[in-house]
Amino acid sequence: MKVILEHLTKRYPSRDKNGKDVIAVNDFNFEIPDGKLIGLLGPSGCGKSTTLNLISGLESPTEGKIWFGEDDVTDLPPEHRGVGLVFQSYALYPHMTVRQNIMFPLQNLKGKDKLSKEAMNQKAEEAARLVQIERLMERKPREMSGGQQQRVAIARALVKMPRILLLDEPLSNLDARLRLQTREEIRRIQKNTGITTVFVTHDQEEAMSISDEIVVMESGILQQIGNPQHVYDEPVNLFVAKFLGTPAINVFEGEVKGGRLFIGGQDVLAVSGVEDQPVSVGIRPEGFILSEDGPFRTKLVQVEVMGRDTSVVSEHPDCVSGLIRSIISAENRVEAKDGNVAFELKPAKVHIFRKDSGVRIPYPEQERHV
Amino acid sequence: MRKLRPWLYLLPAIAFLGVFMVYPLIDVMIYSMEEGYNSASQTYFGVGLYNFRYVLRDPYFIQALKNTFILVIITVPLSTGIGLLIAVALNSIQKLKDLFQTIFFLPYVTNTLAVGLVFMILFKKTAYSDGLINVLIQTFGGTGVDFIDGPYWAKMFVLCFYTVWVVLPFKILILTSALASVNEDYYKAAKIDGTSRWRIFWKITLPMISPMIFYLIITGFIGAFKAYSDAVALFGTDLNAAGMNTIVGYVYDMLYGNGGGYPSYASAAALILFAIVMTITCINLLISEKTNV
Ligand SMILES: Nc1ncnc2c1ncn2[C@@H]1O[C@H](COP(=O)(O)OP(=O)(O)OP(=O)(O)O)[C@@H](O)[C@H]1O
Ligand SMILES: [Mg+2]
Repeated sequence: MKVILEHLTKRYPSRDKNGKDVIAVNDFNFEIPDGKLIGLLGPSGCGKSTTLNLISGLESPTEGKIWFGEDDVTDLPPEHRGVGLVFQSYALYPHMTVRQNIMFPLQNLKGKDKLSKEAMNQKAEEAARLVQIERLMERKPREMSGGQQQRVAIARALVKMPRILLLDEPLSNLDARLRLQTREEIRRIQKNTGITTVFVTHDQEEAMSISDEIVVMESGILQQIGNPQHVYDEPVNLFVAKFLGTPAINVFEGEVKGGRLFIGGQDVLAVSGVEDQPVSVGIRPEGFILSEDGPFRTKLVQVEVMGRDTSVVSEHPDCVSGLIRSIISAENRVEAKDGNVAFELKPAKVHIFRKDSGVRIPYPEQERHV
Repeated sequence: MRKLRPWLYLLPAIAFLGVFMVYPLIDVMIYSMEEGYNSASQTYFGVGLYNFRYVLRDPYFIQALKNTFILVIITVPLSTGIGLLIAVALNSIQKLKDLFQTIFFLPYVTNTLAVGLVFMILFKKTAYSDGLINVLIQTFGGTGVDFIDGPYWAKMFVLCFYTVWVVLPFKILILTSALASVNEDYYKAAKIDGTSRWRIFWKITLPMISPMIFYLIITGFIGAFKAYSDAVALFGTDLNAAGMNTIVGYVYDMLYGNGGGYPSYASAAALILFAIVMTITCINLLISEKTNV
């Protein structure tokens, strides 16, 4: 089932007397393709949960429409939308066993949808098998690990075979390893069931690794939507560029003059066709190549060898993101001359942004290398 | 020394409890076994269960026992149920929630005498008025009843009404905060699944706040079994004559009342009450343990 958001806006009235309304979701327009997993990504408080609640029907939009396929569901109450929602807190009923938790949504069915006891049990067991907890059916939630509870929550959301599955930061309560495992698990379940899924997270790595498409948002405004690699390679603006990638992109004050990019007076790159103007420059950590007579000289702080890669940490007065982190293959020996280290830059990994609006300015050298 | 340390820390509390709780309890037990104790000469005839036999055959005690049980059986479920109803209602309103909460809590901080006065206005027949309730009954064509000096059921009704009224605010307070502490996500999840309000209440809300309900039932039972002052506030000090005495009232009368000066009988009655309260509390705890999450 594909989902279309059309001029979707959610305003909360302000709490303080003279304050403005909080616009949690501001004029969203996008389409979630059928059967895909979408990662909704953004910093805390940017309106991710609100968007999810709008899709689920727990909140109603101030303006705009929501479509599930051909159906306008904007005014439909949540129970008639056919969505499954997994909460950050899991919200498993603590006094019920796993089986009772999973069966709970089925027991609500009335009229012609009503199921027999055996049918309910069978469906519950199917859902449990899908998330591989069929051996824990008689346990209470508190007798299980965080990861297992998480699976129960997914099973409960899946048992009615929803048209859309919504997951609100489902992994944030898990430790690092379990997170990795569980996100693969979620990917597998989504692939197996083919249910259109929206996955909310503020962890960009998580979103990039499992999503077919990511939606990056900030303060209620949609920034960019697209395939994770595409968004990473061609961020529309400085915010998106900074938000994606670990280590984060290095940002510098720079200037374009006569088709050349200057950082702190050093001519570092050709950017033909770009008008002369001051710019913000973003260089991905993997965009540096060690080169003794490279154009970009920085002051070496330290070299960190991390197994496969070497991270060179250096300083530059025009760097606005603190220390410069570059990642180079461990085979390269880092040689500092008078405490300086020089780089050549890969144009594909160097982005320039308008100083005022932060919008990215593409330039031909970049395209050629992609 | 290591082992003694914890006890040392506990010593003040233990000493306090010992002096004011354990010693009197033992004393009461001793009194209750001493037959024909004379407080003036501090002498007694013998030791045995005579006092208990006497108390259990005393019609006043039987009346007090009956009154107490009726009071407990009626007021505990009623006040808890009504409290829950009001708390749920309070929890579901958005506007003026705080105002209503304050209003419902007012009786709790109101002086007992003031509450008593209100009940007098409502129920007491005087030379000038039949009481507000009677006036109401009469306007609707019924015949008035004397609630304070009239038939037994009318007096019992007033006593139960009064008791429920007095304990209600505390229960509402506890239950509203219990309700408010239930994680909102449970309700959201239930809503997505299309759970009816009725089912949400029985299957989610009630189990979630059941520990608090059990707490209220247990303390409610204990409180109602110890009822005395409410009856005095309504019917005066001669409760035996009014037929509205309670077990604690009986104990008090045996010690200080008109026919006072019988500490042995008082002690025996107090121990019987102790046994009853203990039994009921144990049963309550067992049930709550069973149904707990
Ligand atoms: N009921 C509400 N009333 C008023 N403002 C609200 C309400 N719910 C959310 N907001 C505001 O709307 C904005 C978006 O909130 P939302 O919960 O969607 O953020 P989020 O992206 O899910 O953040 P997080 O990652 O911390 O969960 C926030 O600024 C928040 O303060
Ligand atoms: Mg959120």
